Amino acid sequence: MISKIFGVFARPDFLTLLREHIVLSVVALLIAIAIALPVALLVRNTRVGATIAINIGNVGRAVPSLAILALALPFLGLGFKTALLALTALAIPPILINASTGLREVDKGIIDAARGMGLSGSQILTGIQLPIAAPVIFAGIRTSAVQTVASATLATFVGAGGLGDLIVEGLQRRGPEILLAGAFSVALLAIITEVGFGVLERAFTPKGLKIAQKRGS
Amino acid sequence: MNSPALLFLQNLTGGPKLVDWGWIRDNFWEDIVPAVQGHIFISSVSVAIALAIALPIGILSARFRKIYPPVTGVTGILYSIPSLALFAILISIPFVPLGPVPVIIALVAYSLLILIRNTVAGLDAVPPETIDAARGMGLTRRQILFRVELPLALPIIVAGIRISTVTIIGIATIGAYINGGGLGKLIFDGINRQFPTMIIAGAVLATALAILADLLLLGLERYLRPWVRARGT
Repeated sequence: MISKIFGVFARPDFLTLLREHIVLSVVALLIAIAIALPVALLVRNTRVGATIAINIGNVGRAVPSLAILALALPFLGLGFKTALLALTALAIPPILINASTGLREVDKGIIDAARGMGLSGSQILTGIQLPIAAPVIFAGIRTSAVQTVASATLATFVGAGGLGDLIVEGLQRRGPEILLAGAFSVALLAIITEVGFGVLERAFTPKGLKIAQKRGS
Repeated sequence: MNSPALLFLQNLTGGPKLVDWGWIRDNFWEDIVPAVQGHIFISSVSVAIALAIALPIGILSARFRKIYPPVTGVTGILYSIPSLALFAILISIPFVPLGPVPVIIALVAYSLLILIRNTVAGLDAVPPETIDAARGMGLTRRQILFRVELPLALPIIVAGIRISTVTIIGIATIGAYINGGGLGKLIFDGINRQFPTMIIAGAVLATALAILADLLLLGLERYLRPWVRARGT
């Protein structure tokens, strides 16, 4: 069985499917970051704005991934574009929620102190708000990345390829080795994403915050 | 790969409208209502089983700190496995039939991390003075757990139930692919028949169900936290 599974990995189309999966996930994540971060930055200093952004994010997170993919289908038809649009929509909420919460929860006292020291609004943003909120923002990107890699498996249902193709093929042709090859590679990709982003998250935490976290725990 | 895409587009542009209300009227009791019922059934059974497993593990993890990291490690890995992949792995196991059983197993597996984490966080948030006071009043450890700690931890536990219920309702749609039934069946049947009405009905109802569950449990969470309600946040 195991050698059969490795046989699937050696199939010429495996690398194509893997590439499709990764391209779809990465592009969706990048577009989501490009949308969610500026919005979070725009609303960072207004209570109402941040609350609206967080609530939109919360509702968005409740929408099932298959539902978004399926809803995009009648409008855009089968293919890459449909999957990309749906995955982007799915990737936005966690980033939006975390970035808005992270920026809003920076201690007001620290910002006041910075303003008292004569820092401008943009200096406060880049020197204080962003570094302090960075771990929270990054945790949002990590959640989003893992979820995107997982949801990209469903791209197969809208004809956009990816490793989900193997799972569907395995089920339809009753080929357990194809099914398992697809399942294991997707699972591994998701776990690598999770662990990889965890390492990056630690790298993005400013040194001062790490010391504070250590003291806190 | 191209021909179904083309067919689908032709179907769309040639077809009269996106939602065929006649179909919805004709199939309401036969297809739509059972799909909603099946979805609610599978989701609630999964949440119930997950709670029955996660609560004891959470309580033990809060007491015996050493087992907490391995517990979150294992459940964390389960949580990050994409659902379609987990379904595929489960039905490859001999004696596991296609149908609701592997779907429920997978949904339970997904809920464990959040439920255990929130149980521990809830118990951790109970002030030590409160426990001391209860001990001073002569309550036994068991009484302290059931009458003091768990009731105080309840809002945070319910917050966990809320997140996992919403997640479960979403993932249950994918379970229809391995014959788990529910609203996902409408979506997949719609995709196979290239019939947008079914896709839209399934997707909209699944979304509505998830948002409804989210709001209901949020209400419960607020209700259990009178001190937050009073503050008006």
